[in-house]
Amino acid sequence: MDAKTAAARESLRVVVTGHVDHGKSTVVGRLLADTGALPKGKLERVRAYCERHGKPFEYAFLLDALKDEQAQGITIESSRIFFKSARRDYVLVDAPGHVEFIKNMISGATQASAALLVLDAKEGVQENSRRHGYLLSMLGARRIAVLVNKMDLVDWREDAFKRLAAEYGAFLERIGARAERFIPVSGLHGDNLAAPSARMPWYRGPTALAALDAFAPEPSLAARPFRMPVQGVYQFDGDARRVVAGTVESGTLAAGDEAVFYPSGKTGVVRSIEEFPRPPKGGRVFAGSATGFSLVQPVYVRRGEIAARRGEKPPAVAARFRARLVWLGRAPLSPRKDYVLKLGTARVGVRLESVARALDASSLKADRRATSVARHEVADCVLRTAGVIAFDPVEENAACGRFVIVDGFDVCGGGLIQEALPDASSLRHEKVLARNLKWQESAISPEKREARYGQKAALVLITGARGSRRKEAAKELEARLFAAGRHVYFLGIGSALYGVNADLRAAGDHVEDIRRVAEVAHILMDSGLVLIVSASELTEEDLVLFRSAIDPDRIETFWVGSPPAGLKGKVVAVPGKTGPAVAAMRKRLADRGFYP
Amino acid sequence: MRRAPARDPLDALESRAIFILREAYAAFPRLAMLWSIGKDSTVMLHLARKAFLGRVPFPLIHIDTSFKIPEMIAYRDKLAREWKLRMIVGRNDAALKARKTFPDGAVDRLACCGLLKTQALKDVVSGEGARRVLNLRTGRYEPSRDKEPFTGIIAGIRADEEGTRSKERYFSPRGVAQRWELGEQPPEFWSLYKTDFAPGTHVRIHPLLDWREVDVWDYIRREKIPTVSLYYDQGTGKRYRSLGCYPCTFPVESTARNPAEIVAELRTGKLKDVAERSGRAQDADDGGTLESLRREGYM
Repeated sequence: MDAKTAAARESLRVVVTGHVDHGKSTVVGRLLADTGALPKGKLERVRAYCERHGKPFEYAFLLDALKDEQAQGITIESSRIFFKSARRDYVLVDAPGHVEFIKNMISGATQASAALLVLDAKEGVQENSRRHGYLLSMLGARRIAVLVNKMDLVDWREDAFKRLAAEYGAFLERIGARAERFIPVSGLHGDNLAAPSARMPWYRGPTALAALDAFAPEPSLAARPFRMPVQGVYQFDGDARRVVAGTVESGTLAAGDEAVFYPSGKTGVVRSIEEFPRPPKGGRVFAGSATGFSLVQPVYVRRGEIAARRGEKPPAVAARFRARLVWLGRAPLSPRKDYVLKLGTARVGVRLESVARALDASSLKADRRATSVARHEVADCVLRTAGVIAFDPVEENAACGRFVIVDGFDVCGGGLIQEALPDASSLRHEKVLARNLKWQESAISPEKREARYGQKAALVLITGARGSRRKEAAKELEARLFAAGRHVYFLGIGSALYGVNADLRAAGDHVEDIRRVAEVAHILMDSGLVLIVSASELTEEDLVLFRSAIDPDRIETFWVGSPPAGLKGKVVAVPGKTGPAVAAMRKRLADRGFYP
Repeated sequence: MRRAPARDPLDALESRAIFILREAYAAFPRLAMLWSIGKDSTVMLHLARKAFLGRVPFPLIHIDTSFKIPEMIAYRDKLAREWKLRMIVGRNDAALKARKTFPDGAVDRLACCGLLKTQALKDVVSGEGARRVLNLRTGRYEPSRDKEPFTGIIAGIRADEEGTRSKERYFSPRGVAQRWELGEQPPEFWSLYKTDFAPGTHVRIHPLLDWREVDVWDYIRREKIPTVSLYYDQGTGKRYRSLGCYPCTFPVESTARNPAEIVAELRTGKLKDVAERSGRAQDADDGGTLESLRREGYM
């Protein structure tokens, strides 16, 4: 065979799931043995090992490589197995069936686009048969074939197979999923896996291998709107290019296209597609490529934004959305705790706002009064992020609609966004988007200003209870920074409220007040200033508003005195006395690298 | 709308690996890549150059057991200078000095791997052991002043090599004392990887997990990646299929002289059904797996 034609073969990732002891590893081991995918001597070695240890030989031992797995006779950790049929190459992920290891099953399932679900003909549908079916259809492996295994234990009877297929088919229908095939098999004897069974002449459908081959490949996403989550903006020594790097999740891009970045709304015309050692043929990239591009005018975007293309449907931008998630954390997902959400390449604080229903994914028992989400539960809920993020509802673009939730150092859950929900900050953010779409970038880059002024532009918010000495602290900080040669400006919120916002006095529109102050701050910061704003009792919502108008990395918030419980961790508390407060603020600003 | 060209499985493997490398670079300020000089980690190095537009923005760590085939060391330093790589070399000098090695007859193969590879690697990662860095101007190795631990280590292991590697994550945390807690692996949803880690721990990053041996060779052929000549038959009818220390690595009977011939041999020829690491003696000594070694921190 010519090396080139062989390389062009398709490849498909398939996860094998089902309840513990229903024979997943045996089915896979047998499939490997019968298709000649095992290295020479492997089968003999495992047989000899079993004999030496006085254990009956099992095909599962071909996969259960861990000492604990062989000792306990169960699969603990998913393994990747490579094999090929006449049609294509496969990566099979053999997932564990025990509920304790559901996280390992999910790790396998979210990497696959098709699934084999194994049922024990004698034991019937069990707890994890249902749970795995639910999670598979929820998390993306939508093409499912059900293998009714251990047919030898029910004397190869058609009625036993049909009863089970009907029962499980009804369950899948209830959750809005469907199996493409039900196939009676025996992992132990090899029936209907790679070769048709002579013992079940009543079954005329395909073997498991033929069913795998019949799964359609993944559809191309090249015709969908362009999406590229920004992984980084690279500018290396000795290279003038600034390359916006990422992997294209959908659509296509070429030089001359106008890229729009969300959530900032900044735009730039693509100068060229940038790859090493040379750009791709035709200078155009499509869904699936890990690539990068440079812009005609430098635009200051950062990791976490999603690049889209002007003229195509933009992603949603919001700080509140409806989602379905599965929770794996030992402690429940609680509305009283702060977490981190990761979506695409963005990373943002998140809180559970409300739970519509929490579901046991096996019994489908729903709790509509739940206020938190327990381990291994699936929930429909509303999440609120600490600032606006860009995403697509998962039905429109799966890769930009999936997220995980991190608690401390650990990924504790994952889910899918169904729709954006309105809230004050995302409504205001539409104005920020409009501003950035029209923004005229100065020919002098922020880096040049930083170099000239010896500082990074920053917004220093100084807040505190009414009657606290925040304004004194703000003015003292300004004086100290000015004396130290910084370019700094103090803006009392009153100065803005009675001027820029004069038209709002009667209406008392607090949200619009904050938005306008944030816009003024944005302009002053673009000129390179360190801006100090004092305001009494800023709330969490106010801070979200500031963060959606201004790069959150450029904001520092101080609370003079002791902050209320809800703001702990979101503001930096400084002493009530002016002198120590100013010293603490100066140290913090220097630590954050706003000036050398 | 222009039609997208058909994507080759090698393109898909390449894209995923580059994505992973870029995620690692964004998440770990103290990041390094293990370069064994073998074919897999050299492919990974090539992918890093692609990911970062011709530069490798993190150092490369080579663990020198002192029993590597000399040609490998010469090749390492040649590429390092050509590609302007920041090389760090680590070695377990104490064990070598005390002659606590398998070739010296003092310990068995597994213990030797544990000392010269695992321990040396752990010491370089933690900063407790000596790090020698290549001075690109002089071409000499000098002691490094940097003693800070690394928090992200990129390694070129592949799932098809052996059983425990088939159970790895792309981002795989290593706990206290750098142990791999197999029962405690985090969930890995889609491509949203674990990038948060507690102080004193680090994360191993595996961009080549989905590559098979044949994919590696096919990619070397396609991208024309320079590789050590030990992999090719030089007229003796033998070549190395996997490179390690010379006392424990044996050549295979093969007349393949270049990457294309190796691809053909792996696809349809005599090596089609022979496991890659069958020439590595330490695997057999660990009950057919590398589990004990890998739990302690082996690649």
